[in-house]
Amino acid sequence: MTETAHSALAHQFDSLGQQTDAGSLGMWVFLATEVLFFGGLFTTYTVYRVFYSAGFSAASHELDIVLGTINTAVLITSSLTMALAVHAAQLGRRRHLLTLLVLTMALGTVFLGIKGLEYSHKFAEHHVPGPTFQFEKEYFRHAQIFFSLYFIMTGLHAIHMIIGIGVLLVMWVLAWRGKFTAEYFAPIEISGLYWHFVDIVWIFLFPLLYLIGRHA
Amino acid sequence: MSQHVVQPRIYYTIFAILMLCTALTVGIAFFDLGPLNAVAALVIAMFKATLVVMFFMHVKYGPRLTWAVVIGSVYWLGILLTLTLSDYLTRAWRTFG
Repeated sequence: MTETAHSALAHQFDSLGQQTDAGSLGMWVFLATEVLFFGGLFTTYTVYRVFYSAGFSAASHELDIVLGTINTAVLITSSLTMALAVHAAQLGRRRHLLTLLVLTMALGTVFLGIKGLEYSHKFAEHHVPGPTFQFEKEYFRHAQIFFSLYFIMTGLHAIHMIIGIGVLLVMWVLAWRGKFTAEYFAPIEISGLYWHFVDIVWIFLFPLLYLIGRHA
Repeated sequence: MSQHVVQPRIYYTIFAILMLCTALTVGIAFFDLGPLNAVAALVIAMFKATLVVMFFMHVKYGPRLTWAVVIGSVYWLGILLTLTLSDYLTRAWRTFG
């Protein structure tokens, strides 16, 4: 009630608090659709994995577990810097916010760089599904299904990362212009929700693609 | 509600647990536990995801409506997985047709 005069308050809301709650609820509804969007792919993966577990296990061995683990750590660290960025925004610490947003974007870029390196290895090893695909004869077809799902799922995840970095870039410019205060920082919070969601998708992709069936 | 300020100490603790869980899940992957490998990997992944949702995404401190959307999305994902798998995994049981 005390904050009714804030310039960021849209006319349909009573207070900034209500506006922030409505904004993050909207983001959560969008994330629910994203859960089901990726959920369809996870379901596809599960069905094929149950059908062709030997082939999937053999193909999974060809992924680089070291790079995959490093990338998981990079992404979790970027989630920490993102959470700290929201914290800095809540306290109205503009300098901290700017630094932490840069760190988050930098870690996201490192993730994409390592992913690109892994992709280039896959191309060099002829593990990209299509006419040039090579794999041991027994699992030739099933491994192609695995690598198709690998490229679709990690590719869609990478597109989400790129969008996330773009969103954070806009947030950085807005923060640079001093648009956010300790009272108004909802866009930072909502961008954070997206960033953390993309992290969660990777938290599931990593074990499913890289780890399960590894030992065999 | 959304103004709740979480202490950075909590973020660092959650970060440390997430890193430990990552090390744990990678470590477990090198041992042959049969079907338990998949179970362990998924349980750890769900635990990590829950920590991110609760603390990094502030759902623990959020309004009940947010809880409803989060639980709803997981519930619908459950429907998607359960009904699809109950179809595919039972097709081989067919005795005629």
